[in-house]
Amino acid sequence: MNSKHSGLGRREFLKRLGLGGAAVAAAGATVGCSSQKQGDQGEAALGPIPTDKMTHRTTPSSGDSVSLLGYGCMRWPTVPVEGGEEGEDRIDQDEVNRLVDYALEHGVNYFDTSPAYCKGRSETATGIALARHPRDKYFIATKLSNFAPQTFSREASMKMYHDSFKALQTDYIDYYLLHSVGGGEDPFELFNKRYVDNGMLDFLVKEREAGRIRHLGFSFHGDVKFFDYALSLHDKYKWDFVQIQLNYFDWQHAHEINPSNVNAEYLYGELEKRGIPAVIMEPLLGGRLAKVHDHVASRLKQQEPDRSVASWAFRYAGSFPDVLTVLSGMTYMEHLQDNLRSFCPLVPLTDSDLDYLYETADIMLQFPTIPCNDCKYCMPCPYGIDIPSILLHYNKCVNEGNVPEDTQAANYREARRAFLVGYDRSVPKLRQASHCTGCNQCSPHCPQQINIPGELARIDKYADNLRQGKL
Amino acid sequence: MLKKIRVTLAAVFFICITLLFLDFTGTVHTYLGWMAKIQFLPALLALNVGIVALLLVLTLVFGRIYCSVICPLGVMQDVISWLSARRRKKRHRFTYSPAMTWLRWGVLGLFVIALVGGVGSFVALLAPYSTYGRIVSNLLQPLWLWGNNVLAYFAERADSYAFYRTEVWMRGALTLAMAASAFVILAILAWRNGRTYCNTVCPVGTVLGAVARYSWLKPVINEEKCISCGLCARSCKASCIDAKAHKIDYSRCVTCGDCLGSCSKDAISYCHPQKAAKGAAQPGLDAMQTSGNKAADNGRRTFLIGTALLAGGAALKAEEKTVDGGLAAILDKKAPKRSTPIVPPGARSLANLQQHCTGCQLCVSVCPSGVLRPSGDLLTLMQPESSYERGYCLPECTKCSEVCPTGAIAKILPDEKSSIQIGHAQWVKDNCIVLADGVSCGNCARHCPTGAIQMVAQKEGGPEIPVVNTEKCIGCGACENLCPARPFSAIYVEGHTHHRTI
Repeated sequence: MNSKHSGLGRREFLKRLGLGGAAVAAAGATVGCSSQKQGDQGEAALGPIPTDKMTHRTTPSSGDSVSLLGYGCMRWPTVPVEGGEEGEDRIDQDEVNRLVDYALEHGVNYFDTSPAYCKGRSETATGIALARHPRDKYFIATKLSNFAPQTFSREASMKMYHDSFKALQTDYIDYYLLHSVGGGEDPFELFNKRYVDNGMLDFLVKEREAGRIRHLGFSFHGDVKFFDYALSLHDKYKWDFVQIQLNYFDWQHAHEINPSNVNAEYLYGELEKRGIPAVIMEPLLGGRLAKVHDHVASRLKQQEPDRSVASWAFRYAGSFPDVLTVLSGMTYMEHLQDNLRSFCPLVPLTDSDLDYLYETADIMLQFPTIPCNDCKYCMPCPYGIDIPSILLHYNKCVNEGNVPEDTQAANYREARRAFLVGYDRSVPKLRQASHCTGCNQCSPHCPQQINIPGELARIDKYADNLRQGKL
Repeated sequence: MLKKIRVTLAAVFFICITLLFLDFTGTVHTYLGWMAKIQFLPALLALNVGIVALLLVLTLVFGRIYCSVICPLGVMQDVISWLSARRRKKRHRFTYSPAMTWLRWGVLGLFVIALVGGVGSFVALLAPYSTYGRIVSNLLQPLWLWGNNVLAYFAERADSYAFYRTEVWMRGALTLAMAASAFVILAILAWRNGRTYCNTVCPVGTVLGAVARYSWLKPVINEEKCISCGLCARSCKASCIDAKAHKIDYSRCVTCGDCLGSCSKDAISYCHPQKAAKGAAQPGLDAMQTSGNKAADNGRRTFLIGTALLAGGAALKAEEKTVDGGLAAILDKKAPKRSTPIVPPGARSLANLQQHCTGCQLCVSVCPSGVLRPSGDLLTLMQPESSYERGYCLPECTKCSEVCPTGAIAKILPDEKSSIQIGHAQWVKDNCIVLADGVSCGNCARHCPTGAIQMVAQKEGGPEIPVVNTEKCIGCGACENLCPARPFSAIYVEGHTHHRTI
């Protein structure tokens, strides 16, 4: 595939770009005309979002009818605390309620949270919003997020489990996950410490029998050997579902980007074989498949001018029949609305659409972004570094063509200014990569297995050279 | 009119020199840096014989035109005096007063003794150009920066990179207080009596005044035409016209030309005294007058617009940037006690800086890393010194050496800079996070531009600790600034009294 598309020359590329631009312009003109004809209808361009068209999938083990769009509760909107410390914020509960109400109204019924999300405040906020609705109208998914060594013990894990019920104001949890297995230096040992040695896994199976957990599964990031091992436990534990990272980029490139990650093609294939439904996380790669390089954006827009760039990623994930639900951490109403348009109902992608996306993924490979999804698991850094902001700034510059390779680059001066001035704007000086001690306390937490100190040192060196004009 | 030419030139110099002190990007200096270098005292200290000779010749021809055009402190007083006249509606508010010769020469004597003796702080206190520099960089530059930050705020929202935020911070409390009091005192003196400072205290004024007595051109009173009305004396901000005796004290006259226009009988003319005696017309001056007319208006307008802009910038306030996400609190760094102060590369030695620096703050105001700040020590008061809480001395930056007009910080090239040792790093074991937190670090070694710091295994085992090869260390402070230990770094720089090339 690679060899085929690396043949896509610059000229061809530019040609397509030109077409894309023309297509977008033409689309704009059409919309303009039609809305004039329709007079004063405010939402004329795209029309209202239907409330009864959501595509559903069925959980094999229970017959639950789950909406194909699931609400990821990891990125709830926040507002700064007035008069608080730097970076101190609280969850904007009113807005959370509004988003949850809107989502339920339009057919979303799967809400995925964790005791670790949003600095530990997600479950409570989600619980407050959901408790205002009848319990049988939605499914709750949460996790045993005992990453920290001090929570490995049975008591601490048990407390985390019971606290989830209180925070979510419920007496049963529909979908319960072992959170992020497969990572760490020795994923087998870590798994045993978190779930086997303390007897938590056996306990959770009993809880499922007792009906306090309706489905048991795990979410996976990392080592393929461990994935195979976890699936080999299927006979014993009967996983009701498994949560994996799937998107058109990771389908074939996850391993290429980072050898310790597994291509989604393999993960999904293995689940399909066993008839285990897949819950999809990171369908958008933390926004990286929405904030793409202009070349890629115009390419996708050219194909369907009315669809957002992000919608391709969601429709892609939803097009797999054994996918139970596609999670999206929607912070803003606009995200929610855009996603609802993709799933109410889902129009599965055709084979040629899929090929088009895989070609797009090949093009994206040429832009060496760092696979950070802004999940903030690495934070807070004990030395105050704002890791995700640094990586995101770097990615933004890569996508905008502002990472000049040398002083001869065509846009060197503008790019240099955009990179350096933008760096200071995105990250306060004291929280920039130059202050990274390299202690590596962050990397083990990264679900994308990014070598954080290595990347920070690389960015720091680059910024330094750029500043000194010594590229 | 002669006066209009003078006003135009003065406005140009004044605005440009002010810009020189306001600019924090280092771009203005490329074009206007020479304006600081033609200042009398800096040129004298830099042993810039050509400039000093030129200024003396200028004075021998035109009188103390330097004080009315080139010296920013003089022009500042003129502006205040002019505002005072407008506000109080008293254009002719001055009176003649005899020269306070003993005070002038006394101050000059002390000044020379301090200069020779190397008491830099006293020299800095009296130097007129430096006093103006301190006033601008301490009182006006913060407003300028805040104004810039407002623009940066909007630029950021407009996704433009035209402006970037800079930090506004107080570099030295004592210097700020000195600058503020100097401004207040000068403003009061100028508001009431015009050029009092220039003719009683200013050592440059005294020296140039002595020369100006013998200048070729000077305002001369034609006794035949003069009706002794005294209008010229009352419009003389230097209080140097004795109308009754028809005498002008040329050591105090700053050649401003105010008297020429005030005389209703055309009895004062700017010319060579002997020609005046003959009653001859002044050749060439007419032509100069007409060309000067237009320019004068423009100059004044430019000046007014400039002031208005500055005032507007001051009225708005900078917005703080908010940060999202779970962030560990970061303590501010505190300066360690250094047994020897650090001075920037190019200064050569503490003694050289102390003898040559007039404390004008040009280097401080242009330092992009927040390294330079005025010293608070009595002997080196207001002279620059380095500290690394806010940044470190960037290897590629030689701004301070480029702007220094006095040769206190000699011009160096970036290539030379990386081999000039201004101090050396000292490890403070107790603060190091390798030992305190038991984590691996090495940020100092990673950022050392000369590779003087290495991470080595501890004898007892555990993560590696930094060791400094003081022979290779240049004292740039990257290690100190980027050390994660707070508020006191685990590695800091001790200054050297004499800089050397390694």
